[in-house]
Amino acid sequence: MGIEQKLGNMGVVTYRFEDVVNWGRSGSMWPILFGLACCAIEMMSMQASHYDMSRFGMELNRPSPRQADLMIVSGRVSRKMAPIVRRLYEQMPSPKWVIAMGDCASCGGIFNNYAIVQGVDEIVPVDVYVGGCPPRPEALIDGILTLHEKVRGEKLQDWA
Amino acid sequence: MSEMLSPHSDKVQEVSLEELRAKVGTGMEILDEEEHMLLSMGPQHPSTHGVLRLLLELDGETVVNVAPDIGFLHTGIEKTMESKTFTKALVMTDRMDYLSPMSNNLGYILAVEKLLGVEATPRAQAIRVILTELTRIASHLVWLGTSALDLAAMTLFLYCFREREFIFDIFEMCSGQRMMVSYFRPGGLWRDVPEEFEPAVRQFLDFFPGRIADYEALLKKNPIFLKRTKDIGVVSAEEAVDWGLTGPSLRGSGVNLDFRKAEPYSGYEQYDFDVPLGTDGDIYSRYRCRVEEFWQSMRIIEQALDKLPGGPVNIDNRKIVPPPRSELGRSMEAVIHHFKLWTEGFDAPEGYVYQRVESPRGEFGCYLRGNGGPKPARVHFRTPSYANLASLPNMARGGFVADLVAVIGSIDVVLGDIDR
Amino acid sequence: MDRDQFLIEQINEAVPDAIEEVLEFRGERTLVIAQDHIKKVCQLLKSDKSLNFDLLSDISADDLLPDFPRFAVNYHLYSIPNSQRIRLRVFVEDPDDGPPTMGDIWSIATWLEMEVWDLMGVRFSGNNSLRRLFLPEDWQGHPLRKDYPLGYEEVQFSFNWEEISARKPSPKE
Repeated sequence: MGIEQKLGNMGVVTYRFEDVVNWGRSGSMWPILFGLACCAIEMMSMQASHYDMSRFGMELNRPSPRQADLMIVSGRVSRKMAPIVRRLYEQMPSPKWVIAMGDCASCGGIFNNYAIVQGVDEIVPVDVYVGGCPPRPEALIDGILTLHEKVRGEKLQDWA
Repeated sequence: MSEMLSPHSDKVQEVSLEELRAKVGTGMEILDEEEHMLLSMGPQHPSTHGVLRLLLELDGETVVNVAPDIGFLHTGIEKTMESKTFTKALVMTDRMDYLSPMSNNLGYILAVEKLLGVEATPRAQAIRVILTELTRIASHLVWLGTSALDLAAMTLFLYCFREREFIFDIFEMCSGQRMMVSYFRPGGLWRDVPEEFEPAVRQFLDFFPGRIADYEALLKKNPIFLKRTKDIGVVSAEEAVDWGLTGPSLRGSGVNLDFRKAEPYSGYEQYDFDVPLGTDGDIYSRYRCRVEEFWQSMRIIEQALDKLPGGPVNIDNRKIVPPPRSELGRSMEAVIHHFKLWTEGFDAPEGYVYQRVESPRGEFGCYLRGNGGPKPARVHFRTPSYANLASLPNMARGGFVADLVAVIGSIDVVLGDIDR
Repeated sequence: MDRDQFLIEQINEAVPDAIEEVLEFRGERTLVIAQDHIKKVCQLLKSDKSLNFDLLSDISADDLLPDFPRFAVNYHLYSIPNSQRIRLRVFVEDPDDGPPTMGDIWSIATWLEMEVWDLMGVRFSGNNSLRRLFLPEDWQGHPLRKDYPLGYEEVQFSFNWEEISARKPSPKE
């Protein structure tokens, strides 16, 4: 109803290709099923019906990294797990984004010791950091919406 | 020579048969190795409930041997707690068994109070019991949701997490945090529960039985569920005790061991409840034990709410419990106590204690040693999931890979608990 | 407490000179046992029908660094039929020559000893599967010992931002 009234007699709509691609990418980003520790439980709460994540297009969590384009690192990354996180990141095809969820993924959190990597940005490049221990589901949704805004502002050359 | 892909490199790692036997553990035989396939059910897997790596030796679809490989979530909690004071180290205990944080808090705080030689007030003990039983219900809800999800009953996952939101609202009302509450402190609680606590808990007790009826309607007589859980993953009573299995997994085999009854703590002896026991030792018995525990936990919560004593929530010992803010303006001693507690923390005597609680997974024990200073000299946690995982090869050997997935769900392992 | 007395008498009868000290603290009883006799004591506790300690709750190790002997290994045992709990403590001077393994008495002991070796470095003789469990395979050192550093990373504030950023690893892509 709305578009026809505004456009009148026009049969053709033009829009920038970049914006259409970014709209598609942000509207259906599929996360990889990768929960490490306590933040994963809040991520599961976010996918349940109370704070629904499927309204943002993220209902499917793909277990295989080849089919996913968003990695939400939810939980603490230990020294033994670090090569595996890197390997999963490399297995994901471009375009791909990373959200560091929680304090342990952002900066090592309360565990400042020999066993925990102090921030997952030592291993993979991170786009959005979400703070909290664990962050509330609303905070994570805020992080995801920030990521969507970032994706909508990207240029095609970034991933070409 | 067998070849196995190591998670840390792309090179195929040559493993000799002796090394493979050593990795797999004691008493397990590897037969006819040329025809078997070695598969790494890796750290990132939808059904392993966290970062657990299982080395499988398969003969077609039959599991010949399973070797768990853990440590992908090792956090060094025990060493980090040695560098913090007793109260600051409490925060770390939430993050071990992250599905039941209050049980961990309770185990650690009871150990600290035992070491100091104090006991909490009756009101604090009753509130601790109520919150711990709510945690037990919340933890079993996650277990039910995720293990049903592994067997492809996806609706149950959404139902269970809907109930958890209500419990989280109660936790947030008391302490401000949904999951990692750290509400129990040495000597009592952080602060008294607000007035909305009791009506909220009673409202929960009113609607929850109807929800349990929903879950039972989905699973109890479902032929697919019964076929996938009956007579699968059987463990006998002697084997279970020998392998250190505790909690509902042990009670599913018929052994009556519940530390709330056997060695009561925090006022559990006043409450009247039964211990559900299974008979067959298979997945279905363990499932029935945990669902029955919902009812028993509700019974305990109701009795505790009815009998909730009045009075102070913290003990009077100002060397351990900080004074309330209102006193700081009036009394010099209160300021001095506050200063000492905030800068250095209270001192513990020399000696060592071991305190165990019944967490939703089994026996959660805390071995605490003090050396006269404000920081623990050694803290070691006996976590139930670590010992429960050792029974996994026994339960899964000889079955299919699909049964292995169901068995992992039924012993209810939490990787934060195993790896600490 | 007379259950514990009965227990001590049984041990003294079967394995004399095993118990070096009997301690009690906050209602818990600890028996300090010599390293040579610990295996026989454990076999007695498990197999004797009147004592029947069938559940091994925990094996944990302590590093008492300024003191000598440096390590202490605690065995927490529980008897389900008698509802009785006891702690056995063994002082270990040389971590490479630790107590014998209890894996043939309680099967869970193999796993618990693996953790003690990995994090504290006390070797249990007879246990063939002592390997790196919690830490990566090529890790050197045993973290829970008192002379192992915590691995604390300096906090990045605005005044030392650049110098810490220069040291911190970051991915090239």
